[in-house]
Amino acid sequence: MSTQRVVDPSTQTVSPAKVYPGAVDPHHAAAVLPPNFEAQVDEVITHYPVSKRSASLPLLHLWQETFGYVSPEGIEWIAAKLGLQPINILELVTFYPMFRQHPAGKIQIRVCRTLSCALGGAYELCAHFHERCNTAEPDAHGLAISPDGKYSVEFVECLASCGTAPVIMINDDFYEDVSKQRANELLLKYK
Amino acid sequence: MPIAERRLIFKNIDQPGYTIDIDCYLRHDGYKDLKKALTMKGPDIVAEVKTSGLRGRGGAGFSTGMKWGFIDPTKNTKPVYLICNADESEPGTFKDKQIIYKDPHQLLEGMAIACYANNVHLAYIYIRGEFTLGAKILEKAIQEAKAKNFLGKNIAGTGYDLEIYIHRGAGAYICGEETGLIESLEGKRAYPRIKPPYFPAVLGLYMCPTIVNNVETLCNIKHIVAMGGAAYAKIGKPNNTGTRLLCVSGDVEKPGYYEFEVGALTIGELINDVCGGIKGGRKLKALIPGGSSAKVLKAGERFKIKSKKADGTMEEKEIGLMDIPLDFDTLAAAGSMAGSGGVIVMDETRDMVECLANIATFYAHESCGQCTPCREGSLWMKKITTRLSEGKGQPDDVGLLKSVADNIAGRTICAFGEACAWPVQSFVAKFKDEFEGQARTAKPPAAPKLESV
Repeated sequence: MSTQRVVDPSTQTVSPAKVYPGAVDPHHAAAVLPPNFEAQVDEVITHYPVSKRSASLPLLHLWQETFGYVSPEGIEWIAAKLGLQPINILELVTFYPMFRQHPAGKIQIRVCRTLSCALGGAYELCAHFHERCNTAEPDAHGLAISPDGKYSVEFVECLASCGTAPVIMINDDFYEDVSKQRANELLLKYK
Repeated sequence: MPIAERRLIFKNIDQPGYTIDIDCYLRHDGYKDLKKALTMKGPDIVAEVKTSGLRGRGGAGFSTGMKWGFIDPTKNTKPVYLICNADESEPGTFKDKQIIYKDPHQLLEGMAIACYANNVHLAYIYIRGEFTLGAKILEKAIQEAKAKNFLGKNIAGTGYDLEIYIHRGAGAYICGEETGLIESLEGKRAYPRIKPPYFPAVLGLYMCPTIVNNVETLCNIKHIVAMGGAAYAKIGKPNNTGTRLLCVSGDVEKPGYYEFEVGALTIGELINDVCGGIKGGRKLKALIPGGSSAKVLKAGERFKIKSKKADGTMEEKEIGLMDIPLDFDTLAAAGSMAGSGGVIVMDETRDMVECLANIATFYAHESCGQCTPCREGSLWMKKITTRLSEGKGQPDDVGLLKSVADNIAGRTICAFGEACAWPVQSFVAKFKDEFEGQARTAKPPAAPKLESV
């Protein structure tokens, strides 16, 4: 496998045609890494002096924060960077719920559905978000995206703010005690 | 007269003018206890922690001093690692978040003391992925502490080196299980490791001795060093020492986080005096005392609790649910557990079948899939409870549900098996009428059974 590494060091791109067998990435062309990306990656790797492999999760976070989701190219790139096989990275993407293999909405709404939030009205709130954001049918992971790609709405499990239910996250921001009226105000804020 | 809180860990949290920067922390005597610890010998600090009787605050309630004691400094030749478990993801629990977001240096100080005591030079904080801001706050706090030489090389001129790094999870509940957490930190799927060895102190991160402690546990270390193990052991009750952060959510007037001496108050006092009673003046129906994995307790239930009297003899008392003191031993004797301190309250209007379906959905989503009984069983428990709550149950569903749960607990690598089986077993046993009623009133399935397979 190591002879098949397809990262071009001069352009920092990965050829989509050569990514691991079976991977199809229709979403965009070869990812172009931002100028400081590799420096950030190298810094993160120093946090794990014993084993570079430990940097898999942080690198996946970094990739997803940069590109919005983890593409097959991303998997290939991270694996090459850490001296691993792509499957070692792919199996993390499919295991950890936060990583996505497809783009979500530009504004990502995550509603906690676990018991305390459910008692506090999370199901009604989530339905309200679906309606206001005009989302399409959810996919197999429960992610529903609006046709214009602006919003995605999904249920997530306990977000550890049970005393102020229901709670949601919009992108990386936490909001507690979210009523339907508050939800409408928040949607205006994230226009 | 409501029982007063005893704020040790939450002392400064939410106080007017208290901020998360190191200057504010130093003004509140911050890092004084680390300086004190650095004048002591590591094994002496471990001895103080043993004396304190501190029990882990993550869920299992295991003795912290004993956990540390498994690492024998005279025999061990490998590096020792310490990991702070900040994966807080047990439904109903939100205490560690308060510490991370509002008093990050307290955690760092407690952690630095624990690291020094166990001769650790490399430590990680495994924080759940959704705490994006929390990770940034801790990152900044580490930089501040390094700038003041409380972390990094040659701490406070003592020659002791310690690096702490933040490691973010990515939304998997199983990472709270300490061996799953270690696998995750090694860059793998968070599959809990087979036991024995039972403790990462034997084989942990990178196959080296490793200590994994909860955020609240590590904060307690600071206070144990400050007051001494013997003085700490006087807080709370014997074998249930110190304070406890309690998180109350669900149907009470004033949900929130509180800190009390362990066992200082009863469930009734917590609900009625501290949390202002059940919402809307309704009545209590059920309560989960220690995170969603703990067995449910039913309003009006009575328990026979054995306890040790002052003279060492045992006595058995019958007490009602509202009179159960919130400590490790009494809750265990009542058939549940103090767990992570997350109390979820359900009022009389709640449908227990729906509540259990919600919990079962959580566990079905979070099973790591490694062991067959849990992977398959958790999904079946979700399917059965969901169809019961939707009125589509089948006549033998209640028995089936119990049989599935009974066949998970004790047959898995990690305690997740118990964690997903206990709610089902306890809900079904204690609210049997509701479950059987649902199964009876349900219409028979439209298609013959064979076709529905």
